[in-house]
Amino acid sequence: MRVPGTLRAATLGVLLGLLALRPAVASNWPGVLARARGQHVYFDAWGGSERFNAYIAWVSRQVATCCDVTLREVPLEDTAQAVTQVIAEKAAGQNRNGTIDLIWINGPNFYALRRRGLLYGPFAQRLPNDRLVSRGDREVRYDFTVPVDGYESPWRTAQLVFIYDSAYVKHVPLDIRAFPAWVRRHPGRFTFPQVQNFLGVAFLEQALYALAPDPAVLQRPVTPAAFAAASAPLWRWFAKLQPYLWRHGREYPASGPAERQLLEDGEIDLMPSFNPASAAAEVAAGRLPKSVRTVVLTGGTLGNASFVAIPYNAPHKAGAMVVANFLLSPAAQARAGEIRALGGPTVLDLAKLTEAQRARFRAQASDPWMPPPAALRHVLPEPHPTWAVRLAAAWERRYTP
Amino acid sequence: MSAAGLRLEQVSIVLDERVLIPPLTEQIAPGAVVTLMGPSGSGKSTLLSFLGGTLTGPFRAAGRIWVGAREVTPLAAERRRIGTLFQDDLLFPHLTVGENLAFGLARTVRGRSARGARIAAVLAQAGLEGFAPRDPGTLSGGQRARVALLRLLLAEPQVLLLDEPFNRLDADLRAEFRQFVFSHAAAAALPVLLVTHDVADAEAAGGTVLALRTDASGATVIDRVRGAQGPCVRPAPQAGPMTEGGCR
Amino acid sequence: MTNGEALAAQLPPAPDRRRSHGWLRYAPWATVALFLVPIGAGVLGTALPAFGWLPGLQRRHWTLAPWRALWAQPGIGTAIGLTLTSGLSATILAVALVFGCCAHLAQRPPGRMVRGLMGPILAAPHAAMAIGVAFLLAPSGWIVRLLSPWLTGWHQPPDIATVQDPYGIALTVGLVVKEIPYLLLMSLSALGQVPVQRQLQAAAALGYGRTNAWLKLVLPQIYAQLRLPIYAVLAYALSVVDMALILGPGNPPTLSVLALRWFSSPHVRLYFPAAAAALLQLGIVVASIAVWRAGEVLIGRLARRWIARGARHSVLGALAALARGLVGGLTLLGAASLLALAVWSVAAGWRFPDLLPQRCSAAVWRQQAGTLLWPLSTTLLVAAAASAVALLLVLACLEQEQRSGIQVRSRALWLLYVPLLVPQIAFLFGTQVLFTLLRLDGTLLAVIWSHLLFVLPYVFLSLADPWRALDPRYARTALALGASPGRVFLRIKLPLLLRPVLVAAAIGVAVSVDQYLPTIFAGAGRVVTLTTEAVTLASGGDRRVTGVFAVVQSVLPLAGYGLAVLVPRFTRGTWPARSGS
Repeated sequence: MRVPGTLRAATLGVLLGLLALRPAVASNWPGVLARARGQHVYFDAWGGSERFNAYIAWVSRQVATCCDVTLREVPLEDTAQAVTQVIAEKAAGQNRNGTIDLIWINGPNFYALRRRGLLYGPFAQRLPNDRLVSRGDREVRYDFTVPVDGYESPWRTAQLVFIYDSAYVKHVPLDIRAFPAWVRRHPGRFTFPQVQNFLGVAFLEQALYALAPDPAVLQRPVTPAAFAAASAPLWRWFAKLQPYLWRHGREYPASGPAERQLLEDGEIDLMPSFNPASAAAEVAAGRLPKSVRTVVLTGGTLGNASFVAIPYNAPHKAGAMVVANFLLSPAAQARAGEIRALGGPTVLDLAKLTEAQRARFRAQASDPWMPPPAALRHVLPEPHPTWAVRLAAAWERRYTP
Repeated sequence: MSAAGLRLEQVSIVLDERVLIPPLTEQIAPGAVVTLMGPSGSGKSTLLSFLGGTLTGPFRAAGRIWVGAREVTPLAAERRRIGTLFQDDLLFPHLTVGENLAFGLARTVRGRSARGARIAAVLAQAGLEGFAPRDPGTLSGGQRARVALLRLLLAEPQVLLLDEPFNRLDADLRAEFRQFVFSHAAAAALPVLLVTHDVADAEAAGGTVLALRTDASGATVIDRVRGAQGPCVRPAPQAGPMTEGGCR
Repeated sequence: MTNGEALAAQLPPAPDRRRSHGWLRYAPWATVALFLVPIGAGVLGTALPAFGWLPGLQRRHWTLAPWRALWAQPGIGTAIGLTLTSGLSATILAVALVFGCCAHLAQRPPGRMVRGLMGPILAAPHAAMAIGVAFLLAPSGWIVRLLSPWLTGWHQPPDIATVQDPYGIALTVGLVVKEIPYLLLMSLSALGQVPVQRQLQAAAALGYGRTNAWLKLVLPQIYAQLRLPIYAVLAYALSVVDMALILGPGNPPTLSVLALRWFSSPHVRLYFPAAAAALLQLGIVVASIAVWRAGEVLIGRLARRWIARGARHSVLGALAALARGLVGGLTLLGAASLLALAVWSVAAGWRFPDLLPQRCSAAVWRQQAGTLLWPLSTTLLVAAAASAVALLLVLACLEQEQRSGIQVRSRALWLLYVPLLVPQIAFLFGTQVLFTLLRLDGTLLAVIWSHLLFVLPYVFLSLADPWRALDPRYARTALALGASPGRVFLRIKLPLLLRPVLVAAAIGVAVSVDQYLPTIFAGAGRVVTLTTEAVTLASGGDRRVTGVFAVVQSVLPLAGYGLAVLVPRFTRGTWPARSGS
């Protein structure tokens, strides 16, 4: 895409202006921008969500305009595919010319690559917009308890919520312990995604958190003994839940969006979601009826951040950094926060923004489909990634016929 | 096998506006042969298709067909008990000679051994002893033709239609096969309708000869060339000029 | 006889062997190498890790640990059972229904409606078909909506697993719907080479009804020609991935989906059970074909006795009529599935139990126009390139065959079927390793090459018969007039055969558009086509957007066939390929 020269110069000027505030990085960043010019950045990201794809399409138009970077989304069914790809490239000795420049990543996938030293970095601090990130939030510093250490850059936060259709049910459980009684009254009207999916395992982890005798063990890498002790109440709880799940707990939807379709079709009344704004966004897009509502469990729910990371063998690291930086820009964050785009809270510290920038975030009025803001305050930290893996495997062993 | 005649009652066939077969009424007694002659494309084979019950396509046919006291006009082909021997022997290439015959053999013969014995017997009678396990492809033209007739007769038809079955064969084989066909038909007392454009076939058949021709006005007419007579079977008929009155 | 024919008749019939020298001589070898090497290397590259050998990951000792790991996977037994029941029952059903339908119709072609609907079903990619069938069969799908609430009393969809059911019934139905038109087409083309009409007349003269006669006489004659297509259907049904992802259960899924899941897992240790599962999948296909072959022999023996018993009447007539009715019904189901895709793509607000959307809007189409463009152009580019290469190779092989006078024997036909018989999951991982070693993985070239493996056989099978049926006297006449073989090829054969060549190209495009797994593996996830996008979306995306992608994906092959039929009408030199025979 060719852009009028003046506009490009103006945009560059803005970016350089920001850099001037941070001399330590400024010495590097213009070089990064120059190297990035003309690069094709392959961005591997979970592509199951239309809203996300549309947002990335917008981002790619912006980075093309401002920085002459061509962003090409590679939609994945599962982020694990990108992890596999990087590992396979390492195995094949492809250490310079990888096929992936940027990955939308967090949790176990980040841990898998970081543990093997297959990520480039630390790079996050080199991004000019990194200083705007809200440092107070634990979930941008620790990704599922694993220190981020600059090997990935945050761009969204997420928190477990529940969406229900108020046209069919008036009351929904606000406590994990209340789920068995609720599903017994509403048989077949609740389910969660399969455990191979991050949302499915997150729901089980939420239950683990609520039911484990000592939730603190979840912050350390899992051990067989710790797992046995912590998970015993979970299995008793699930045995009461399973018979009354959708399809009697024998089949599970493939993903969150697949479950969203079930809610729209009226096959279920209640579903988990990792985006507090997703109900509002889906209503706006006409993909959920206006009768849906969003709730958060009373004791708080698991929350985490989404990051982008650069594989060690990415051929276009400069371009990837430019994209990561743009994702943190107030413009991109404000756009992402719009209900029609992605919705959900920003990773920026609004106090660090100018008044004009802050206005764009405030302008987003809350609506009946959003959870009450106070409910979102209790964010529980994600367990160590090894727990998710162990939990999914144990669940599969027990409940795969 | 009950002897029954074949009777055609005002049978006619029309293609578009053209009359291929003008209304024809004919009685063929058990054991008698009627020959229908005419140039190729004149509709002879179409008539046999109609009688056999397999007429399709653009042709329109009218008239009634009786086998003995039974009217077969409304019946499906497989229920008419009218057998046709075609110009091609149409032995099924994926079956052995014996299986081809077993396919034809009527269900009245029951049991594997009884059916096998019957097939062996007819093969032996026809000079094809031991041919049952052979592949049709390994047979000569004359042998194949004989198997085709045997297969047809084993199905116990009440009427035999011959659709130029001698055409494909060489002259010497042809005479031999004619003899084979007519002697078997006579033995089974079947009414036979033969269509051909070969005068020698008509001569060998004896009996009534009907000839299709176009008259001066362009209409198709059927001439009765020779009156009714019994079948004429000779040990080794030679092809020769047809004489009035047929064979001795 | 015309002057030309008279002249041609005087020419020696033997081909001029000197003409076959030159690069054309290598065409068959090049073709075989180009598509057997990746498969051979692929199977090897999958088999070695199944026994612990994967040097890239520093695993260099032989062990059965991958197999022990495979058996330890939860649900592995269920997955194998599911694979076998859905694959075998789909194949048996499709074959039985097609034979029953043909027997009932005997020499007549199927009804106009069925023929009209079969085209789109045949052309539609498997993934799109599966998405449509899921739309139709789901508890909230069209069929239940049609009956609710007036008949069923349901105001909410029932909690019944009508798709992704644990028994794989929806998967079986989807496979049957998609494979029936293919098998019917194969049967009709085989029937064209048997004098069915006269044989049925002969049988009728022996007192046999047409269904009975068709099964006893015609079927045994055409079966040999249908054997390889049926094996291809069997192998496909046992190892299909995209349809199983959409219509099959997930807990556990079929074996090939499990293997794919482990191959794309972040846990490298799962590569080993994945390789073992892929190899097991190959074993299952080989064993199933062997069992099928044994079944053919057994049924053949029994059928000979059955034929020899001479039974004239049987219940088969009624069964055949039932089969024909079912084929009609399933065809209707397939067509309605494709229609459902289109309706969902324009639906705005479509809640249960409304039969039709509350409103229709082109909003999703407008939104997606930009998103569609990139995968659409990739799909077109890959399909065009794979078909063009396949066409060139096939034409070179056929031309070489005619010039050298050495015809491909039927045994060599098996080679052509190798990519259709070996399960994709069993060699694509190994092929990806090969591509990675060649520094080709993730490139368009790798994707085109892997598509070529599947495009080439279909192009060859579609073009070989018309090419060989061309009256050789045309070429001999032209040669006698002094034209070089190259000129004869370009000026005589190609124009005369323009239509079959274009149809073969269109089939190539359709096959390429259909490929899911090869695109995923060879493209390393970087090459995005309409099919990969549609499958990704079907696993959880917006149904409207899925509808848009599946509609475009289905229209593409149809447009190809349309062009193949229309183009020759507007060009000169397309007189009948056969002389008056």
